[in-house]
Amino acid sequence: MILLTVKDLTHHFGGLCALSDYNLELKADELLGIIGPNGAGKTTIFNLITGVYKPTKGSIRLEETEISGKRPNAITGLGIARTFQNIRLFSELSLLDNIRIAHYAKTIYHPLSALFQTDGFGSEETRVLNHSRELLAFFGLENEHQTSAKNLPYGLQRQLEIARALATKPKILLLDEPAAGMNPKEIENLMTLIAKIKKEFALTIIIIEHQMRLVMNICPRIQVLNFGTVIAEGNPKEIQTHQGVINAYLGKKLK
Amino acid sequence: MIINQYIVLILMYIGINIILATSLNLINGYMGEFSVGHAGFMLTGAYVSSLITVLLVPDQLLIWAFPLAIIAGGLAAALLGLIVAIPSFKTRGDYLAIVTFAFNMIVKSAVENIDTVGGARGFLGMDRLTNPFWVIFWTIICLYVIRNFVYSKFGRGALAIRSDETVAELMSVNTREVKIWAFVISSFFAGVAGGLLAHLIQYISPSMFDIVKSTDILVMVYLGGVASLAGSILGATIFTVLLEILRPLQMWRMVIMPLILIFLMLYRPKGIMGLKEFIYFIPRRERL
Repeated sequence: MILLTVKDLTHHFGGLCALSDYNLELKADELLGIIGPNGAGKTTIFNLITGVYKPTKGSIRLEETEISGKRPNAITGLGIARTFQNIRLFSELSLLDNIRIAHYAKTIYHPLSALFQTDGFGSEETRVLNHSRELLAFFGLENEHQTSAKNLPYGLQRQLEIARALATKPKILLLDEPAAGMNPKEIENLMTLIAKIKKEFALTIIIIEHQMRLVMNICPRIQVLNFGTVIAEGNPKEIQTHQGVINAYLGKKLK
Repeated sequence: MIINQYIVLILMYIGINIILATSLNLINGYMGEFSVGHAGFMLTGAYVSSLITVLLVPDQLLIWAFPLAIIAGGLAAALLGLIVAIPSFKTRGDYLAIVTFAFNMIVKSAVENIDTVGGARGFLGMDRLTNPFWVIFWTIICLYVIRNFVYSKFGRGALAIRSDETVAELMSVNTREVKIWAFVISSFFAGVAGGLLAHLIQYISPSMFDIVKSTDILVMVYLGGVASLAGSILGATIFTVLLEILRPLQMWRMVIMPLILIFLMLYRPKGIMGLKEFIYFIPRRERL
């Protein structure tokens, strides 16, 4: 089943073409890797899919729903969540609040029922609270739920960002350089974590990454981007031997 | 007896200022926007409720009509709050400050130019209907409603907007919904406070609700602490009491108050209670 269909997606920043005629058919349960040099347009794809930018041209469909042009909160509500290249947590808020905020679209009550503290409001709040704590427990952060996000160590901040994205109950998770700034041991743990959440939360994942070890290990399908266009697509082996990719991005082995 | 009456009067001022400070804290503290037009909403509430009690309601019904007049003033202010919320979708920070400043000016000059309500000379004829009961009643309602809003998904959405609006939207927070409700609730209570004040001092004029009044409320919020109900109570109380204590100093009052503020901003930039809350204001399920 095809979950996400992107057709002829193009985005210009003034005169600069950040992305041109990008196409993608993402099947449910897939794990797609996107690699390429800095400035190739990788994060632009994420920003277009999640509604941060409005595309100059092209369409993005989630299952049968056209989502390009919708507001970011609506798109996230439909089931696409993401993390950020530079960690962007609600840094002065507690871990628990970081997670609870991401429940917004999936918390159903009217403002007036909050103001008058109806029973429905109370039970919904309790549900969100419990679900948030379960999610924190899944990441081993349950004992720190009152800590401010900014006081977490770097590696855990990355994990909290993933946990926060999962709180929106996504079908598709977009990970933007999740391994940036991590040492080999942490990257190892991250690979295990990605496999674990993919299974546990039945996710389809797109991952942008510069750590080849991670991409080549866990992504069965890889797209390579350069100057806003896809120059190669295939499994890790095909990508590693693709002459265009070696020239543009991977580089040659030293003789 | 005179001393007692004076103290009761000051206590009522404190109550009204608590309503003003907590309601502005919703926008400037919790949501982190910068509204400087709170007095504009106050003015709306003051005039609408006064016009109702003076011109519409027969004398023998006044006592019963008073709470309704206050609510009507609040609703009129809330309607304007709804209109001010719309530019806040697109602008924030300094630019929203200018928008709200302009709003304050527009409302004030509009009333100055309507002769039927007295224009710049002001409006009087209200009975002294505001008493300690009504001040306490509305202060409690205001604290209760704003607390309930703050400890709901909307309040958490406001905190998310304060922290990073783009990310808030990407985490499914409907920022427009949050902003509309925050502005409507905030301006409603500013209108209520305006109505209470009008029926306490029995005279209102547009110049009472200019940018200086808005600044006073800002001082209470930032003195007490952003994103804290206890902070706003503290800020409003300290501000009101200090103003009274320093009254004998006359002109020097206007030197000492700003100095206090400068030192506060230097040593406690988030205010006395910034981002902290008095435990009993937090709903029981949230006390972890």
